[in-house]
Amino acid sequence: MASMRGIKRRKESVTSTQQITKAMKLVATVKLQKARTRAENNRLYFDMLYNTICSVLAMTGNSDNKYLRENDTAAKAVVVISANRGLAGGYNSNIVKLVDAQNFPKDNTFIYGVGRKGIEGLSRKGYQIHRDDSDVINEPLFSDAIELTKALLKEFEDGKIGEIYIAYTSFKNTVVHEPRLLKLLPLDEDDFKSEDDEAAFSDRLQMNFEPSEEEVLNNIIPKYLSSIFYGAFLAAIASENGARMQAMDSATSNADEMISSLSLQYNRARQSSITQELTEIIAGSEAIS
Amino acid sequence: MAATLELKIIAPEREFFQGPAEFVEFNTTEGYIGVYPKHIPTTVVLNPGILRITNGNEVREAALHSGFAEILGDRITILAEAVEWPEEIDKNRAEQAKIRAERKIKENAQDASRAELALKRSVIRIQLAQKEK
Repeated sequence: MASMRGIKRRKESVTSTQQITKAMKLVATVKLQKARTRAENNRLYFDMLYNTICSVLAMTGNSDNKYLRENDTAAKAVVVISANRGLAGGYNSNIVKLVDAQNFPKDNTFIYGVGRKGIEGLSRKGYQIHRDDSDVINEPLFSDAIELTKALLKEFEDGKIGEIYIAYTSFKNTVVHEPRLLKLLPLDEDDFKSEDDEAAFSDRLQMNFEPSEEEVLNNIIPKYLSSIFYGAFLAAIASENGARMQAMDSATSNADEMISSLSLQYNRARQSSITQELTEIIAGSEAIS
Repeated sequence: MAATLELKIIAPEREFFQGPAEFVEFNTTEGYIGVYPKHIPTTVVLNPGILRITNGNEVREAALHSGFAEILGDRITILAEAVEWPEEIDKNRAEQAKIRAERKIKENAQDASRAELALKRSVIRIQLAQKEK
């Protein structure tokens, strides 16, 4: 039987850990709410952009745009969005696992990391980290997404990389977050066959483009990528905080369980020491009389 | 009352403006254009410039930096990467940015196109901020 003092000490330490996890959960909840509104505000912009690309592509037909064509480089770039901090359940390791499961050749894949935990995980597995933008994920700005897009497109146009992917955690709702890998470039035209309302689409059919379809496409695609990145940053932050909230919630309830079982043990130990003392006193008095 | 356009300006972080307008002017890669209702469907790429929204006697201006606009008959949707009302502009910052951009253009020609864009942006901001006073 553990000593009473030992049990008491453990109970105290569990209680103080529980206070920390409770506080972390509250912080994550607030951050989650903030990230969610931001992600929703971005949604409108993204949808419009997407529709415009749909209509441009529908107009131009089989365009031989540089962003739609394959270039013959085997090298791949993967933008990996994770968190800078841990204690978020499986959030970071799921992203690392997802990227690792794709069987990208390690020596020919460049990781554009956003978020320290993901970078650490992937470099441990032997991937090359090409760029580290971890500070961005603390407070992402749209200009950060533009910067990242510029850097990637330059490499793409120079033929240093042939394909661009993004790995991030999409935010479905507070409890469901799904790690996702998307191929960004070269763009797949089939992704842009808009299936939504034909009516809205048909007035776009007589669309004119200034200066030209090609120019517009060249201008829009980088913006589209930036907005995907920005949207992914926001979704990732929402998911991170959602994951942390859940992890901390279960940690708090685990701590509750531990505390109740420890207090039970403590009370038993106390009772048994009282019983023992009593038996000793009675035995002692019997021996004297 | 004259016919109006339905104008929507969307920035990545927020819906910047939504409402009726009789006449909308902005700068595109082809130069300044003005749009009245019943315009032919057009998609244009924007250059940094001043956006002017006219509705009745009310004229509002904003600095519109980059993005593109979709004109569909009576609807205009402007997708702006950066757009701000005059009261949101920090004039001192814009002045500093202007000086920085000018220096950069002088120093190296290599990055000149970027610096030039930055210069254009800052000049527009300063212009608008001055009008405000």
